[in-house]
Amino acid sequence: MAKIEETKIDAKIPAGPLAEKWNYYKSHQKLVNPANKRRLDVIVVGTGLAGASAAASLAELGFNVLNFCIQDSPRRAHSIAAQGGINAAKNYQNDGDSVYRLFYDTIKGGDYRAREANVHRLAEVSGNIIDQCVAQGVPFAREYGGLLDNRSFGGAQVSRTFYAKGQTGQQLLLGAYSALSRQIGQGKVKLYARYEMLDVVIIDGRARGIIARNLVTGKVERFFAHAVVIGTGGYGNTFFLSTNAMGSNGSAAVQIYKKGAYFSNPAYAQIHPTCIPVHGEYQSKLTLMSESLRNDGRIWVPKKKEDAEAIRAGKLKPTDLKEEDRDYYLERRYPAFGNLVPRDVASRAAKERCDAGFGVGNTGLAVYLDFSSAIERLGEDTIRARYGNLFQMYEKIVDDNPYKTPMMIYPAIHYTMGGIWVDYELQTSIKGLFCIGEANFSDHGANRLGASALMQGLADGYFVLPYTIQNYLSDQIQVPRMSTDLPEFDEAEKAVKDKIERIMKVQGDHSVDSIHRELGLVMWDFVGMGRNKAGLEIALEKIKQIREEFWTKVYVPGTTDGVNVELEKALRVADFIEIGELMARDALMREESCGGHFREEYQTPDGEALRNDEEFSFASCWKYNGEGQEPTLLKEALDYEFIQRQQRNYKA
Amino acid sequence: MWLIDSSIGRKFIMSITGVFLVLFLLFHSLMNFTVIISPEAYNAICEFLGANWYALVGTSVLAAGFVIHILYALYLTAQNMRARGKERYAVSKNQKSVEWASQNMLILGAIVLGFLVLHLYNFWYKMQFAELTGIHTGQFHPADGAAYVADLFSSPVYCVIYIVWLVALWLHLTHGVWSALQSLGLNNKTWLPRVKVISNIVSTIVILLFVSIPVYYLLGCGSGC
Amino acid sequence: MEKTINVTLKVWRQAGPKAKGAFELYKLDNVSTDSSFLEMLDVLNEKLIKERKEPIVFDHDCREGICGMCSLYINGHPHGKDGETTTCQLHMRRFSDGETIVVEPWRSAAFPVIKDLMVDRSAYDKIIQAGGYVSVNTGGVPDGNAIPISKIKADEAMDAASCIGCGACAAACKNGSAMLFLAAKVSQLALLPQGRVEASARAKAMVAKMDELGFGNCTNTGACEAECPKAISISHIARLNREFLCAKFQD
Repeated sequence: MAKIEETKIDAKIPAGPLAEKWNYYKSHQKLVNPANKRRLDVIVVGTGLAGASAAASLAELGFNVLNFCIQDSPRRAHSIAAQGGINAAKNYQNDGDSVYRLFYDTIKGGDYRAREANVHRLAEVSGNIIDQCVAQGVPFAREYGGLLDNRSFGGAQVSRTFYAKGQTGQQLLLGAYSALSRQIGQGKVKLYARYEMLDVVIIDGRARGIIARNLVTGKVERFFAHAVVIGTGGYGNTFFLSTNAMGSNGSAAVQIYKKGAYFSNPAYAQIHPTCIPVHGEYQSKLTLMSESLRNDGRIWVPKKKEDAEAIRAGKLKPTDLKEEDRDYYLERRYPAFGNLVPRDVASRAAKERCDAGFGVGNTGLAVYLDFSSAIERLGEDTIRARYGNLFQMYEKIVDDNPYKTPMMIYPAIHYTMGGIWVDYELQTSIKGLFCIGEANFSDHGANRLGASALMQGLADGYFVLPYTIQNYLSDQIQVPRMSTDLPEFDEAEKAVKDKIERIMKVQGDHSVDSIHRELGLVMWDFVGMGRNKAGLEIALEKIKQIREEFWTKVYVPGTTDGVNVELEKALRVADFIEIGELMARDALMREESCGGHFREEYQTPDGEALRNDEEFSFASCWKYNGEGQEPTLLKEALDYEFIQRQQRNYKA
Repeated sequence: MWLIDSSIGRKFIMSITGVFLVLFLLFHSLMNFTVIISPEAYNAICEFLGANWYALVGTSVLAAGFVIHILYALYLTAQNMRARGKERYAVSKNQKSVEWASQNMLILGAIVLGFLVLHLYNFWYKMQFAELTGIHTGQFHPADGAAYVADLFSSPVYCVIYIVWLVALWLHLTHGVWSALQSLGLNNKTWLPRVKVISNIVSTIVILLFVSIPVYYLLGCGSGC
Repeated sequence: MEKTINVTLKVWRQAGPKAKGAFELYKLDNVSTDSSFLEMLDVLNEKLIKERKEPIVFDHDCREGICGMCSLYINGHPHGKDGETTTCQLHMRRFSDGETIVVEPWRSAAFPVIKDLMVDRSAYDKIIQAGGYVSVNTGGVPDGNAIPISKIKADEAMDAASCIGCGACAAACKNGSAMLFLAAKVSQLALLPQGRVEASARAKAMVAKMDELGFGNCTNTGACEAECPKAISISHIARLNREFLCAKFQD
């Protein structure tokens, strides 16, 4: 078993009452004066909601920002694909919302595994995000009276989700992108598109720059900064098939983990209940159908096994099934929240039904999401106005009309709550190295509520990091810009080049994708929705074999000069293997079920997740010990001062 | 100067000259139509538009409009060819909603221009130009437009040539009129289809008025039916 | 249950920005009609790798039609001939057995080829950097509900804002014009009170940048609208023209 170190991890949470902490922090933190800001450089890696908003906001304050992204434009970051909406405690609907309630829902949704102070701060700034985005010209949906409209999302009993059709992520990202573009135009941000970070450079214990590869020329380059911010998103693609973009990866996280940043709660991965089911071997990714669909759609499977079998065999159509032969299992099991239970609960319930033999689709791994009663109640036009683009997307992929036949959905990996450990200031365990957005572990605990990822990414980038980073940079004003010829840069660059060369030299006969696919299957089977001790031990063994296979059999064609997509993928897969192992290790260590982490051994009699607050009320922090060495487990105790922990209950 | 340097400025010039030329065509077609109703009235207009100072000023402005429209067309096309890049698509197709005329305005323009030269030789050279310079090459009096019309269209070949020309002009106008309004910014989502319909009606009226004359003569109505 | 087809692909291969490119033919059998066009290319690439050849380079990322990263000129149309579809959302069921499919990169002077089917679209970013924003800094903004905005205007702004910046408009345009892309942004912000404040300056700056970058002049052929995967209307171009001309006449 893993080495456990009983070091006390200090999250630097300000003292005082919960609601006063952030204000207190802001009033007492150190700041950098405008003249000094000009002399400080900050590297921001990633241009998603967190990265772009941070880069723009820091540049507006006067820092010099270097911003990196792997795509051809900052606007491509995968935040763009978020569909449903963004939460904010505005209480515009007068339905009883408040900062406290958003805070409470988020903590509860995360199954009491998040840090109270961080979540409260998130709820506090949530309203500012909406104001900021409106000011940028984000075209949020509005009522006829001209005011902002809201919809409901899972895990909440109020309507606090702001949205722009089914393209909220796109509109918010384009807002942040426009703010970033303005700073690029003014020369305050230098953009490096089609660049991939390959390592962080540490000088005297502080992050002082990065090594990045120009994906067009293939050249490995060095960049200095006084502080480095990582906003590179989650590691869901470890599973090969996920709702993440093809390029989404966890490599930056692995690089900084290997340089000493703690990796926290890697096992907490979110399985999203409403995705289009897997349909073929050639499949490259899974497509999400927004959670907002659960506002009006009802989820069901046949009540009788023989009906399910007939449907699978293509002998029966779902529309032929009478109302009394359908099992609306979410409404049955969770009368209070019904179809709007949190994602982890909905996903597990779908898996339970399919495992029990009630699944539909030709694989039996699908359930129905039915709009017929909503269409009857509201009319097809209303449904079209609300979800038209999602229905169209579904029809293109599945070639079936969801207005007529119920959609088929199945859970898929969507988001990773775990990530790089950060303190209250979003600083990692390496000084001067910050981590924001999905890449960090901070706010969602063991499960994220719908429409909260956009909120967290933008909160970190617009309203948290621009403050907290100054507390660090204020004592860096005397530090001159360093040369990238320093030995630390030499060393880091050499390590990167060696790694690339090592991969190129293997010249085996397995394509990168084939190995990645193999890893994904192991992850899905053993580290997916339902985990158990034996399975996780198998996973660890298999991942070890896959690592061996990768380093002896991978084949990367071409050269290191110029564009080499296979090389890019190979570098990422090498890191996914590391993350996969860490996920399995963390899942094995956590002998309880909480949120997205479900250990089959630990469940209530009616199949709900059973937490063990006595022993596992901590955030696991994994410390790297070198290649081939087991990492050390450190624990950040989660002391709940303000909320009474309860068994999550969405039934009544 | 933004009317030369900027793409929208250049398009503005194209549109303004285009609209001006359309207005001219509208007037010209109405004037021509009188030849069917009353050759005498037509000749009165011809006389009025002879070598008078205001007619000459009008002619010069009109000519300038043509020249600017053509020069800008060449300039825009050259720029657009460059913007397309050196490599061309091996296969390139249009969606149904893309009108053929819209993609071939230069070719249509060139056809229109070619026939225009012939047209100027047929009429203007023998009429206003003759009056102006005193070089009489025509067989009738320079102000006897009706006679020239009747004479030219007594040849069915000329009738057909003119009809072909007018069809090319019609195609040029169906795109040109609404396109000019679009370039001038006089359009929105609601009006987009309406503007297209209005443009088609205007172009069709102009062309029908023009076409009616060769058709009138082709059917033999010119010689007293 | 699964249907498969055999296709021949005629793909543009080009080693680098300055290299001379040419078409190459590839035969691919048993392509599932449920796979997307890019998944079909993945299968082809997997095959090429097995044959120890260099795979075809093409841009792609989200594969759900929203990031705008995928491109490809397929059988004479950007993103293929289906309307309102990006290449990643185009499925093989739209092709017939035995068909030859011609795949080319975007071709426009402002979008130089990087490798094979991958092109450089940074010109679009530069246009946005010239003025495609509202000049507000983070913080100090009014409440989101402080300024009511008519639903009709907000919805029209949303329609314009749904542009994914893929470049299909300029790729489809016989004039290599980026007007639809530019108009979508100018129009979105001009429709909203927040963007109205600097609407004139924005239109002028963005048009100037577009011209500087070597894009062509719009002749209203409407090819951009017809090929736009988000069906953005050319009525936004009219609004851009209006904004620009009014701004210039006010100067």
